[in-house]
Amino acid sequence: MKNKFVQQLLGSFSDLLPIFVVIFVFQVFILRQPVPNLTDITIGIIFVVLGLALFIQGLEKSLFPIGETMAYAFAKKNSLLWLLIFAFSLGFGTTAAEPALIAVADEAARIAAEGGMIGNTLSEKNNYALGLRFTVAFSVGFAILLGVIRIIRGWPLHYLIIPGYIGVVIMTAFAPDTIIGIAYDSGGVTTSTITVPLVTALGVGLASAISGRNPMTDGFGLIAFASLTPMIFVMAYGMIL
Amino acid sequence: MINILHEFLSVLLSTLRDVFPIIFIIVFFQLFIIRRAFSNFKSLMIGMIYVILGMSFFLVGLDKALFPLGAVMAEQLTSPEFIQPSTDQSISIHWQDYMWVYIFGACIGFATTLAEPALIAVAIKAEQISAGGIKAWYLRLAVSIGVSFGIALGTYRIVTGIDLYLFIITGYIVVIIQTFYAPKLIVGLAYDSGGVTTSTVTVPLVTALGIGLASNIPGRDPLLDGFGLIAFASLFPIMAVLAYAQFADWLTRRSTINTPDKGN
Repeated sequence: MKNKFVQQLLGSFSDLLPIFVVIFVFQVFILRQPVPNLTDITIGIIFVVLGLALFIQGLEKSLFPIGETMAYAFAKKNSLLWLLIFAFSLGFGTTAAEPALIAVADEAARIAAEGGMIGNTLSEKNNYALGLRFTVAFSVGFAILLGVIRIIRGWPLHYLIIPGYIGVVIMTAFAPDTIIGIAYDSGGVTTSTITVPLVTALGVGLASAISGRNPMTDGFGLIAFASLTPMIFVMAYGMIL
Repeated sequence: MINILHEFLSVLLSTLRDVFPIIFIIVFFQLFIIRRAFSNFKSLMIGMIYVILGMSFFLVGLDKALFPLGAVMAEQLTSPEFIQPSTDQSISIHWQDYMWVYIFGACIGFATTLAEPALIAVAIKAEQISAGGIKAWYLRLAVSIGVSFGIALGTYRIVTGIDLYLFIITGYIVVIIQTFYAPKLIVGLAYDSGGVTTSTVTVPLVTALGIGLASNIPGRDPLLDGFGLIAFASLFPIMAVLAYAQFADWLTRRSTINTPDKGN
C-alpha cells in the first residue's frame, strides 16, 4: 500500500514535470527573468504532486466504482425512466455549480452589457449570467440523457455528433458576434475534473451491463455530447435575449 | 505557513461545495431509487476523501506555483517591449513577431494537458476496458499534441484576427472525414478526449494567454478575441486521437500483411 503510493507520487511528479520545465525555461532563458518566490513555488510543487497522486488513488477507489455499480444497478432494475432522470440530474446538478462556468457566465454578462444587449445594471447582468448558467446546465443534462439513450439503443456516435456540428454551424450564422467566442468556449469548460470520471464510468458501465453493447464503441461519447450541446444552447440564448 | 493553511482550508471548503451536488444526487438515487446500501462503503468513503483532499492540494499548489508565474509570463511574452515590432509603424503588426507566443502556447498546451487529471482518468479507463489495446500514455500524448497544435493555431488566429468560426467549421469537416476512415473502436474515445482536455490546469493559463494577447495587439478586443482558445484546444485533440488510431491501425495491418510473407 505504502509502496504503491510512493509509486503514484513518482508518476504524478513525472506527469507534472513538463509544466515545470516549460515555465522554468521560458522564465530563465527567453524572458531572462529571475524565478521569484522560490519557497512558495517549492511548496506549491509539492502540493500539486501530492494532490494529483491522492486524486488518482481516490478515483479508482470511489468515482469509478460508484459510476459503474450505479450503471449496473439501473440496468438490472430495468427502469428506463429513472435512469434518464438520473442522467439528466447528474449533468444538470454538476454543471450548475461548476466554478469555471460561473466565471464564464459573468464574463459573458459583462460583454453583453457593453454591447448594449442588456442594461448595464448589476441586477440585469446577474440575471443574464444566471440565465446563461442554467441554459448550459440544462444543455449538459440534456446531453447526458441523450447519450444514455444512445448507449441503450446502440446508435453509432457520429449519427448524433454530425447533426450536432451542423447545428453549431447553422447557429453560428445567426447568433450575434459577441456570443460566438463564449459559446464555443463554454463547450470546453462545462465538464469538471470530478464529473468526467463519474460520467465516463457510468457510460462504460452501462455499455458493459447491456448485452449486445461494446464498452469501447458504445461506452464513450457522453462527454462529447456534454461539450457539444452547450455551444448550441448558448448561441440560442444569445439570439433570444 | 499560516497563510497557506488558511488558503488550503478555503479551497477545501469550495471543493466540498462543488462536490456536494454530485454526492447528493448519487446518495439520493442510491438510497431512494435503487434502494440498496452502498457495498464497500468504507472504501468508497476513503476514496472520496482522497479525491476531495487531492483536488484541494492540487488547486492550492497550482495557485502557489504555476498560475501567478504563468499569467505574468503570458503578459510579458505578449507585451510590446518584448515583441519589439520589426517595423516602426505601431499599427501594422506582423504575425512573425509573435513567434515566441506560438511556441509558448504550444509548449504550455502540451505540458498542461499531460497533467490534466480528467484526461488521466479517461485514459486509465480506456486502457482498462480495451484490455491494454489502448495505452493510457500514448492516448494522453496524442491528446497533448492535439492541444499543443490547437493553442498555437489559436494564438495565431488572435494575432491575425481571422474569424474564429472559419477555423472551427474547417476543423469539423476534417473531423467528420476522419471519422469515416478511423477504426470504429476509437471514435467515442476520440470525441470524448476533446471535452476533457481543458479543465483545471489548462483553462486558467490558456485564458491568461488569450486575454494578454488580445489586449496588447492593436485592433483586438480582449473581450471578443480573447475567447476561442479553449475551443481550439477541444477540437484538435479529436483529430489527433483519430489520426493516432488510424496510424496504429495502419501499423498493425502492415505487420499482419508482412508476417505471412515471412512464412513463405
